[in-house]
Amino acid sequence: MPRYRSWGRYPAATPAAVLPVDWRSDPPALDRVRQPVLPYACGRSYGDSCLNDGGVVLDVRRLDRLIAFDQERGLLQCEAGVTLAEILALVVPRGWFLPVVPGTRWVSVGGSIANDIHGKNHHRAGTFGAHVSRFELLRSTGQRTVCTPGDELFRATVGGLGLTGLILWAEIMLKRIPGPAIAVERIRFPGLDAFFALAADDRDFEYTVAWVDCLARGPRLGRGIYMRGDHAPQDGTVPSPLRPARFRVPLDAPAGVLNATTLGLFNEAYYRGQLRGRLRSTVPYAAFFFPLDGVGDWGRLYGANGFVQYQCVVPDVGGGGPIRAIFERISRSGEPASLAVLKRFGNIRSPGLLSFPREGMTLAVDFAVRGRTLALLEDLDAIVRETGGAVYPAKDARMSAASFRAFFPELERFTAQRDAKFSSSFWRRVHAS
Amino acid sequence: MPPETSTRVLIVGATSAIAAETARVYAAYGARLFLAGRNPQRLEAVAADLRVRGAGSVLTAVLDVTDRQRCDAVVEEAWSTFGGLDVALLAHGVLPDQARCQASAAATIEALEVNFTSAVALLTPLANRFESAGRGCIAVITSVAGDRGRQSNYVYGAAKGGLDRFLEGLRNRLFHAGVAVVTLKPGFVDTPMTAGLTQGPLFASARRAGRDIHRSIERRRDVAYIPWFWRPIMAILRSLPETVFKRLRL
Ligand SMILES: Cc1cc2nc3c(=O)[nH]c(=O)nc-3n(C[C@H](O)[C@H](O)[C@H](O)COP(=O)(O)OP(=O)(O)OC[C@H]3O[C@@H](n4cnc5c(N)ncnc54)[C@H](O)[C@@H]3O)c2cc1C
Ligand SMILES: NC(=O)c1ccc[n+]([C@@H]2O[C@H](COP(=O)([O-])OP(=O)(O)OC[C@H]3O[C@@H](n4cnc5c(N)ncnc54)[C@H](OP(=O)(O)O)[C@@H]3O)[C@@H](O)[C@H]2O)c1
Repeated sequence: MPRYRSWGRYPAATPAAVLPVDWRSDPPALDRVRQPVLPYACGRSYGDSCLNDGGVVLDVRRLDRLIAFDQERGLLQCEAGVTLAEILALVVPRGWFLPVVPGTRWVSVGGSIANDIHGKNHHRAGTFGAHVSRFELLRSTGQRTVCTPGDELFRATVGGLGLTGLILWAEIMLKRIPGPAIAVERIRFPGLDAFFALAADDRDFEYTVAWVDCLARGPRLGRGIYMRGDHAPQDGTVPSPLRPARFRVPLDAPAGVLNATTLGLFNEAYYRGQLRGRLRSTVPYAAFFFPLDGVGDWGRLYGANGFVQYQCVVPDVGGGGPIRAIFERISRSGEPASLAVLKRFGNIRSPGLLSFPREGMTLAVDFAVRGRTLALLEDLDAIVRETGGAVYPAKDARMSAASFRAFFPELERFTAQRDAKFSSSFWRRVHAS
Repeated sequence: MPPETSTRVLIVGATSAIAAETARVYAAYGARLFLAGRNPQRLEAVAADLRVRGAGSVLTAVLDVTDRQRCDAVVEEAWSTFGGLDVALLAHGVLPDQARCQASAAATIEALEVNFTSAVALLTPLANRFESAGRGCIAVITSVAGDRGRQSNYVYGAAKGGLDRFLEGLRNRLFHAGVAVVTLKPGFVDTPMTAGLTQGPLFASARRAGRDIHRSIERRRDVAYIPWFWRPIMAILRSLPETVFKRLRL
């Protein structure tokens, strides 16, 4: 059973061995391991940044203990393998929320730091790492260091892809909420121009994101649904129970079930599904943030070869030039693409040397893995490079070493802090040296 | 308020993955917990987790269960700290290396000590206290491995099977005093104890096992399989006659 794989199940990788890290008080001696090591938590990264082909996987999922919760100040200290799902289940009933959540709650605190994840409130809150007050890092020498935001090692570890050492525990600053529900407004928009107008106006909303049909052509290019939301004041409880997926995709779908036609129909139906231009509702927070968590292993719909997600950020220039160019390139290719997620990143600086988020427009699209897809993504990289943008390593399985260097100008500073014993399939691929 | 708010629970082997999950269920109800285990740092990590999760109070005591006198002392300490106990759960155990045991009587006896004798050392004072209190519940984690002796694992199986029999007698004795004795028989559970085994579809998560154990204790079940589906599986295995069973490679 290939337990240690990534969410896109591409590429395949086989670790030489697994070393569980069960207790923060007595972690295994890493200097005695011969192969390179890499922490592995929930495996919610898509590509190969959480894979260590031929190396040793440090399984941290039993580092799942809470350590302290200051209910007055909203400070939560917990081990690195604790999931965001677990934290929300504990703190939401007490009037607190995580400062940043991604599109699934089944990710760990350690993984959230290592990828310096972002959420629908990036324009207001920045990244996850901006809300971490400290963490303890175990280096392969056995040395343990408590890092705080000013430290170079802190900046290298946030967004550091698990390559600076193993995070044993972290302390996160939570935010107050009036209740567990989100008041949402869904706005249908006919094309990219309308999207840019909506996105420019996001200041008054805590959460914003758009689902866009990137298969539509011509004037419909970039039509979609814009969602914006805020924590709703308490008015009767909307329960958001911590429940595992109710439905699980049991098998790999035959190759080609998700093809240009079926995805085109799905995208069309999604857009048409909203009949009115504007819809307002109040929903449980999980329905708003984690719509896909109800379907376990949905990635299997892409078939046994797996899939890749392409996420980039490009400058938000007038008229949305780079985003438009990317959409046109995808639409022209005829490659089957899922609905794209589009969001404006704000100007809060990410704390990590290798953090992906930076001011601009971010776009994420899923593709089944085929030869032509990889060629298309190479073309998209070229557009992103030219504009000075970046591609998200947490979702990547294919970017070139040259692109990686171009996307992450602080790479040298990062490399100086890296723990030489730690490496990943991703790192060996993009850091050919 | 949930009925378990003031439940007083002693857990021996509290750093076990299964026991810690069971304790989390009690903690969520605000129960008061007394945790015994042999590693003080690990014990403190488990205790802190349970405090954050809402336990009414959490106390710890360091205990190596092969230390007979300490067993007595810890039972006494837990009992007097809370002024009595509602539940005592024994969860400690080791999965010995069968090949090593076959090569060495000392290794075999050591495995029997941790998995059987130590439980007896704890159950004797516990039974007497619960008996005079006339209420409460003693719960012990044995194993499906105790249901049948298999060539690959009969030292462990013998200890757990012996414990099953001991608990059966104890249940019979304490029934008349109004005290429940719950035998908990997990199948394969994904914990550090089984980290070396290849996982199959019959593996349950420690969380699932912990929840099932909590429910079995609250319902005062006599013998509970964890999860339930091991009951029919073991019924079939137990029904095989020795003439057939001895030929199998299990
Ligand atoms: C449906 C879905 C939606 C998503 N939405 C978003 C989104 O909106 N925004 C976003 O930013 N991301 C998103 N992601 C990506 C996901 O949030 C990140 O990949 C996240 O880092 C996964 O965390 P994990 O616990 O699964 O870590 P893994 O994938 O197991 O590991 C990720 C990285 O963290 C390192 N790591 C893990 N634990 C530790 C530790 N204890 N110490 C040091 N390093 C460690 C690993 O070595 C690896 O490099 C999404 C993923 C999915 C599947
Ligand atoms: N996992 C399974 O598949 C499975 C199946 C059937 C039955 N069981 C039983 O379930 C119980 C819990 O095991 P687990 O799966 O949760 O494994 P585990 O996490 O390895 O727990 C075993 C516990 O026993 C403790 N222990 C061992 N020797 C001890 C000693 N001399 N003194 C004090 N404590 C001692 C260990 O303490 P340390 O932390 O200090 O090592 C550890 O906390 C055990 O009785 C086991 O036999 C497990």
